[in-house]
Amino acid sequence: MSDGEIALLLARVQFGFTIAFHIIFPAFSIGLASYLAVLEGLWLKTGRDVYLRLFKYWIKIFAVAFAMGVVSGLVMSYQFGTNWSVFSDKAGPVIGPLMGYEVLTAFFLEAGFLGVMLFGMNRVGKGLHYFATLMVAFGTLLSAFWILSVNSWMQTPAGYSINDVGQFIPADWMAAIFNPSFPYRLVHMVLAAYLTTAFVVGAVGAYHLLLKPDRESARTMFSMAMWMAALVAPIQIIAGDFHGLNTLEHQPAKIAAMEGHYETRTGAPLILFGLPDDDEERTKYALEIPKLGSFILTHDLDGEVKGLKAWPADQRPPAAILFWSFRVMVGLGLAMAGIGLISLFLRWRRALYDARWFHWLALLMGPSGFVAVIAGWITTEVGRQPYTIYGLLTTAESRSPIAAPAVGTSLAAFVVVYLLVFGIGVLYIVRLMRQPPAALQQPVAAEEPIRTAGLMPGPAMGTAPTSETTT
Amino acid sequence: MIDLPLIWGLLIAFAVLAYVVLDGFDLGIGVLFPWLHKGSERDTAMNSVAPVWDGNETWLVLGGGGLFAVFPLAYAIVMPALYAPIIAMLLGLVFRGVAFEYRWRDAAHQRWWDVSFALGSIIAAFAQGIVLGAFVQGIEVSGRAYSGGWWDWLSPFSLLTGTALVIGYGFLGAAWLILKTEGSLREHAYRVALPLFVAVIVLIGAVSLWTPFLAPDIAERWFSRPNIFVLAPVPLLVGLLGFLLLRALRRRLDRQPFPLALGLFVLSYAGLGVSNYPYVVPRSVTIWQAAAPDSSLAFLLIGAALLLPLILGYTAYAYWVFRGKLKSGEGYH
Repeated sequence: MSDGEIALLLARVQFGFTIAFHIIFPAFSIGLASYLAVLEGLWLKTGRDVYLRLFKYWIKIFAVAFAMGVVSGLVMSYQFGTNWSVFSDKAGPVIGPLMGYEVLTAFFLEAGFLGVMLFGMNRVGKGLHYFATLMVAFGTLLSAFWILSVNSWMQTPAGYSINDVGQFIPADWMAAIFNPSFPYRLVHMVLAAYLTTAFVVGAVGAYHLLLKPDRESARTMFSMAMWMAALVAPIQIIAGDFHGLNTLEHQPAKIAAMEGHYETRTGAPLILFGLPDDDEERTKYALEIPKLGSFILTHDLDGEVKGLKAWPADQRPPAAILFWSFRVMVGLGLAMAGIGLISLFLRWRRALYDARWFHWLALLMGPSGFVAVIAGWITTEVGRQPYTIYGLLTTAESRSPIAAPAVGTSLAAFVVVYLLVFGIGVLYIVRLMRQPPAALQQPVAAEEPIRTAGLMPGPAMGTAPTSETTT
Repeated sequence: MIDLPLIWGLLIAFAVLAYVVLDGFDLGIGVLFPWLHKGSERDTAMNSVAPVWDGNETWLVLGGGGLFAVFPLAYAIVMPALYAPIIAMLLGLVFRGVAFEYRWRDAAHQRWWDVSFALGSIIAAFAQGIVLGAFVQGIEVSGRAYSGGWWDWLSPFSLLTGTALVIGYGFLGAAWLILKTEGSLREHAYRVALPLFVAVIVLIGAVSLWTPFLAPDIAERWFSRPNIFVLAPVPLLVGLLGFLLLRALRRRLDRQPFPLALGLFVLSYAGLGVSNYPYVVPRSVTIWQAAAPDSSLAFLLIGAALLLPLILGYTAYAYWVFRGKLKSGEGYH
């Protein structure tokens, strides 16, 4: 490899590494922010202690995850310029403003109300505090909206023209924002975030049920999580199918790689497992179901499915990675739907809180959402190769004029720091999860104001959780 | 015709200024951390910024993201040119950002996270100062790309600005603690504020004297007429603010040092702005050359015009909720 090729590879690894770490936190905090809003809403509506206790329990975990999301996201906003400056120069006029809108609408909203949400319960009234929680949750969704629009534009560019210095410039903002793959990707990702959170909450609930089967808070969170699994996992499978069909329309080479198809065929089989080999241009040891591939992709048993050989070798994504990352994602998605189904059955038999084997299963599935999210992103991002802007700008052309040693050094620094810092962070989160939700402290006497300086001086709404001190 | 690049140049400059003064004081808490007593002083100092640091740092994302959006060429030149200090800054911010939460999660290793918080803050501040210095020095460009070397950012001048920013943030942090705390922490803040103040004034002077010698056109811009009459009040105002600060620190006027210190930052920043206008990559690329097409600028400007006042509004609200002195031991955690 030449120095330039090594630098390119290192830059790709760096982007992949930093963004794979980053996506874990938003995938969790998008779902968790909504879950917190639901919990606080239920508490305000029903007045039941258990919802407040769960709120206070999960908000601590949210705070740690959110902090990790903030700092890893900050890195992302500079990754484009440091390692992909040519891409930044060329694509900036279109995707820059979209990311600008993400900052203006989402980041500030989240950050502005996060302080009130985390620390302000005793300082503002219930209504205002709930408003802050809703704004944080809304902010996470807005953030997903803009960033997925940007990503989708790179996958299915639309609404642009090219100026005389080779920059992509906006021609039609609506077409650029709502580019062809955006609605599908947005729905797919937000559902994925909700599922990810549901399985984490479910695993924590299951863990505490295994320790103490009659714990009310554990039952409540387990039940809520299993409802999410039962309802959202099937919807996600349908949404994923639509997303796949959309990809077939706009990025057929990606689909061919995901399916391990090299030959263009009518009545193509569905390859369940196999080893795609880009050098030999065939999928070895393929375990196939005849005609099902055509049926799934074209909804016709004899439909034509394009194979990778329809494109020149230097315009194909690497099939082996896509083939397997796609299967990991789909396999986990099906497993999630299976958990949801079992939970419905157990609920019907009134055994949801007693089936210990099922609690073990749910505990095991706790990280499944994260794995599926990463596998899904690998599928769509590696599937875009060899382009950064699909069909228009290659990855090789996009990189900064930075020599391999510089990229390698910064990559090494990111790897060390991220593994250390976020590894410990995950440890702290797991430690928090191993604690059961604390009982509420005795409420402060209702007539005693917590802080005279508060905007709405008045009694504490929930009082501090017992397991926490300031030392 | 509206000059959109100019409007955006001013907006980005405002975002960076907002970042410098807002994250400046909470980075400053980190700079001061090693000198604060373990236990309640550190707890209270950190709690005084815990609800707002995240919002403060968002201005940095707006600065970077905004540059990407409206001056993509500048973003594509500046980031590779300042590669090492930018990466160092980001890694520093990672270490200090997570410390806000981690510190309370692991009593046994709290000292580690205190070190992480302090060191991360100092590295981030120093790297930002280096970025500033390297930026003012000028960046070598050919075509549409950076064409200098990998160590161009390292120079005596950038080391001076790096040091100046660490000290400056530390001073801002001390002024914040004077405003927000009481008891021994406030006393402690007063004790460190005075030497920091002296150092800040000396460093502002040093940077100001050095800057016109970096490039002839800066000197010309400073000393030619009529500019010199417009700029002359700047050092006078610095002197006035310095006098008021000294008085406030001597007389223990808790509410004054922080706004006055902010004033010093704003004045210094204005001086830098005058030196570099209208370049977005100093002495290589102007704001008009780097600007994205008007359709990009106009599109984002609509959002900025509608949302920035709102953002300023609820940011102010968040500060308002947590206003007043923080009692020792009163934690948000």
